[in-house]
This record gives sequence, structure tokens and C-alpha cells, in this order.
Amino acid sequence: MIAAVLAQAVEIQPLTADDTLVAQNIAFGVIAAVMLYSAFRMVTTRNVVHAALYLVIVLAGTAAQFLLAGAEFIAATQVLVYIGAIVVLFLFGIMLTRGSLGVEELERNERRGMAALVAVLLAVVTGYALIDGFENTRFEVASPSTTAQVSDSIFSQYIVPFEAASVLLLAALIGAIVIARKD
Amino acid sequence: MLLNQFLLLAAGLFAIGVYGVLARRNAVLVLMSVELILNAVNINLVAFGAFNGTVTGEVFALFVIAIAAAEVGVGLAMVLLMYRNRKSIDITQVDAMKG
Repeated sequence: MIAAVLAQAVEIQPLTADDTLVAQNIAFGVIAAVMLYSAFRMVTTRNVVHAALYLVIVLAGTAAQFLLAGAEFIAATQVLVYIGAIVVLFLFGIMLTRGSLGVEELERNERRGMAALVAVLLAVVTGYALIDGFENTRFEVASPSTTAQVSDSIFSQYIVPFEAASVLLLAALIGAIVIARKD
Repeated sequence: MLLNQFLLLAAGLFAIGVYGVLARRNAVLVLMSVELILNAVNINLVAFGAFNGTVTGEVFALFVIAIAAAEVGVGLAMVLLMYRNRKSIDITQVDAMKG
């Protein structure tokens, strides 16, 4: 129900947008509706493997939205890192822990009502704040940003966070091995 | 394009991710919901970057993707450890440190 309401809210927006961007806005609306439906199915489905496949749809939709926003390199990275690596990692995690909660029992989960309340409240409050704050703010995607621009920015202005991220990845690598190791 | 259409989509995905984190009992599904939340943040970053006309938003989205990868690696290692020790990945049963 949350997804339906939100899909409606998102789909209404493109109709009021600039006429010259009709095709982009239709593409946005269709992809956004598919993403919200898949995300909703992901958190409500009983089968964990299906949840991982719904996650793939959401991630691919996100990559498509990045393309619409003119961010080519991020879209490619999204597909490579998320769909290529992280989802495979999730599938391995599901396979290695299979049988413990293969089909989750959702009926007796008393936390669902409270969680749904929190999620709906969050969506309504953020949605209201966004509509109130950014009413008809528009942006033009004149030309997609190139990989050269992104890399220039990373290796000049943001070189310190970049190095910190590489150290973080090393720490996560070692930490994951140490935690999961049999000894 | 309207800035708000991206922001509302991200807000919807974020709320659905929060529901997943709070309501699901399977630890792997909780991690997947966290990915959903991080993706919503990425959409916001890229949309604001395009709005600004700079690549700063995209650079920060890249950092978020790197951190998400690290988080999934460590998180799944912890889930595997939990499964090995308790034969269950039900996070409602992990309450040994509850006060």
C-alpha cells in the first residue's frame, strides 16, 4: 500500500514537468514505479532468494535513473559493483545459511505493525518536507558528466577521502576474513 | 527534470528499506534492506549533483558504493559466524547483550 501511494506521488510529478522532457519523464515514472513495487516485494516476500532477485531489479532501476540524471560512470559502477558483486555475495550468504529460515513465518511477527507505522510516518514526513521545500525546482541535464571529469575530481579535490576509502576497504577485507574464519 | 521526482523516489525507497530493517527477522534480508537505504541516498546524491552542475555528488555516490561493499562483506561474515554458532540467523534471538 505504501508503494502504491508513493508510486502515485512519483508518477504525478512527470505530468507537470516541462513538455520537452516528456520522454525522459515517462521513462522516469515507469522505472520508478517498477523500482518501488520491487522494493516493496523485496521486504515482504517470504522467499529469501526471490528477495535477492527483487533487489537486482531495484539496483538496475537505480542505474537507469543515474543514466537519466546524466551520471554515466556511476551507472556503470552501480551495475558492476552492486549487481555484479554485492548481489552475488548475498546469494552466497543465502545459500550458506539456507534451512535456518528458508521460508520465514511472517504471520506472528508483532513488530510488523510498528515497522509499517514508522515507515509510513517517515515517508509522509519526508515527502511533505520535500514537496514543501523543493516545489518546482528543476535541473537540466545538458550533457552527461564524463568519466574524465569524475576521475579529475576524485584524484585532485577528493584525494584524501579516496585514500581513506581504500584503507577502509582493506580493513573490511581483513575484518571479514578474521570474522568468518574457522579456527 | 524536476528535482523532486528523484527526491520523492529516494524517500519512498528509504522508507521501504527502514520497514525491511525493522520488520524482517532474517539477518540477510536486513542487510539487503540496508542496501536499499544506501541506494536511496545515492539517488539523492546524484540528483543534487546534477542540480548543482558539478560532479561532486557523483564522487560522493562512489564513496557510498565503496562503503556499501565493505559493509556487506563484514555484515555477511558476521551472519555466517552467527549461523555457525547458533544454527539460526533469526536476529530476534540475538539478545545476549540485552540489558
